[in-house]
Amino acid sequence: MTAMTIPAQIPTGDRADEIQVYDLHKSFGDVEVLKGISLTVRTGEVVCVIGPSGSGKSTLLRCVNMLEEPTAGRIFIINEEITDPDADVDAIRTMMGMVFQSFNLFPHLTVLQNCTIGPTAVKKVPKAEAEATALKYLDEVGLKHRADAFPAQLSGGQQQRVAIARALTMNVEMVLFDEPTSALDPELVGDVLDVMRRLAEIGMTMMVVTHEMAFAREVADRVIFMDGGVIVEEGHPDQVIGNPQHERTRTFLNRVLHPTHVHTGEEDAAYAARHAAELGSGPEASGELPDPALRTDNPGRSRL
Amino acid sequence: MTTTTQAGTVGRPKKLSPRKRAQRIRLVQYAILLVVVVLLILNVDGRQVQSVFFRTDLIQVTLTSGLPRALLNTVLYTFGAFVFGLTLGTLLALMRLSQVAPYRWIASIYIEFFRGVPALIVLLAFGLLSVAFPGLRFPLDPYGTVWTALGMVSAAYMAETIRAGILAVPKGQVEAARALGMPSGMAMRRIVLPQAFRIITPPLTNELILLTKDSSLVYVLGLTASAFELTKFGRDISNSNGNLTPLVIAGFCYLIITLPLTFLVRRMEAKAKKAR
Repeated sequence: MTAMTIPAQIPTGDRADEIQVYDLHKSFGDVEVLKGISLTVRTGEVVCVIGPSGSGKSTLLRCVNMLEEPTAGRIFIINEEITDPDADVDAIRTMMGMVFQSFNLFPHLTVLQNCTIGPTAVKKVPKAEAEATALKYLDEVGLKHRADAFPAQLSGGQQQRVAIARALTMNVEMVLFDEPTSALDPELVGDVLDVMRRLAEIGMTMMVVTHEMAFAREVADRVIFMDGGVIVEEGHPDQVIGNPQHERTRTFLNRVLHPTHVHTGEEDAAYAARHAAELGSGPEASGELPDPALRTDNPGRSRL
Repeated sequence: MTTTTQAGTVGRPKKLSPRKRAQRIRLVQYAILLVVVVLLILNVDGRQVQSVFFRTDLIQVTLTSGLPRALLNTVLYTFGAFVFGLTLGTLLALMRLSQVAPYRWIASIYIEFFRGVPALIVLLAFGLLSVAFPGLRFPLDPYGTVWTALGMVSAAYMAETIRAGILAVPKGQVEAARALGMPSGMAMRRIVLPQAFRIITPPLTNELILLTKDSSLVYVLGLTASAFELTKFGRDISNSNGNLTPLVIAGFCYLIITLPLTFLVRRMEAKAKKAR
């Protein structure tokens, strides 16, 4: 249920264990963001990573393709160690695409050029061939007709679909998604999730950091709940989201699934206790928040 | 205290409203302008002004005795120095951002030095280099000398602009490029620099305008007549005739170069503002 047991043989040597992470630690200065993460993502698997902000889930994803350099631990991509100082990180990265929260399309290039610059510049694919591939994927995300537009002329949802096509034109084995819908207007989220759902259906290996619980529950093969830099709970979405075993998971899901629900009472008390030092004189001094312990109107929390 | 404030509103004349006040100030400003213009018209001898600044026969002489050549030289000096400065400036900007500390130091020292020293001194020094080191020859003399000297000075200014432009490209752009498997050099060349130069085109054009005017400093190099630029050319004819007309014409020639550039910068800035 919690941290997986580390296998005797590292890496496993199994081609299907596409992403293998062992005892990953990452610190920014004095702050340890990841405190020993181990996980495996297998071919065709869709793994959704959920958790409160600051739990380290984006950092984990960015460590997998070395956009952040881990402080300790080993990561293997198809049995090649990307954390090895001698590794050809650029070559390993060509096997995995990445989709960012803020799209990060290249604004000085057209949609088509965004999709062809990777194959032509990195893999030296002939231009005509790269364009044919790019148009095929742009068609799949429904944006072939905008191939000559510039990113600034597209909506956020369209930009994110181009970003997915850009990742796919590298003929990647797996795609990493870093909160792909968090920067989108609500009415544009669906189109992007549709593309991702279809990608999952055709068997793409996907690691998705997301707040879209409905998507995670429907599409994911496995859900990982992270909090405080560790994996708290991991398993089938029906289990982790539908029937969480840990109090932290339950609290988080409650807040995400019932965002308008007002939480007071013992959670505030627990927060105040955790942050007593920073709060200094604390809420009592401000005179606005009553001492949580004295509150009697603590609404009963709903269960999932 | 309380009694005076109570009485104040009744006793004293009513204070002007802000709108009335602004109107009155505007009227005064118009009045001052009118007085100055009238005084100028009454006191200035129009014919004398014309003969000092716009003498017809001297205009003819100036236009026909090598003005095109001088204009061309100004453009050549400026353009060459700009290309030199842009190249060196890009290199310096990349050095300033380098992971290797000594590169950063060297670039910083260079930039601070050449921004702090008058361009005139640098030009003088370069003019004397071939005297100090006999046998040292810049290619295409005197163009090579001017391009190097002015280019080295403007590179210091441009380096800071280019560095700012590189830093203005969002970090996500490099990350997206690296995530595609691009090595860092390729990401800089294909993704960051094209965007950085787009951002800094207006300030770089301003630098080109400044450089156009700085090219007038070339007069300190002992040049032959065929290498004269606008300022030296106009000054020589002005000196020998004791009249300002040739200098005025040279000045207008600078405007022919700089005004379109200024206009261009303003349009680019307006466009950039709209795109944002």
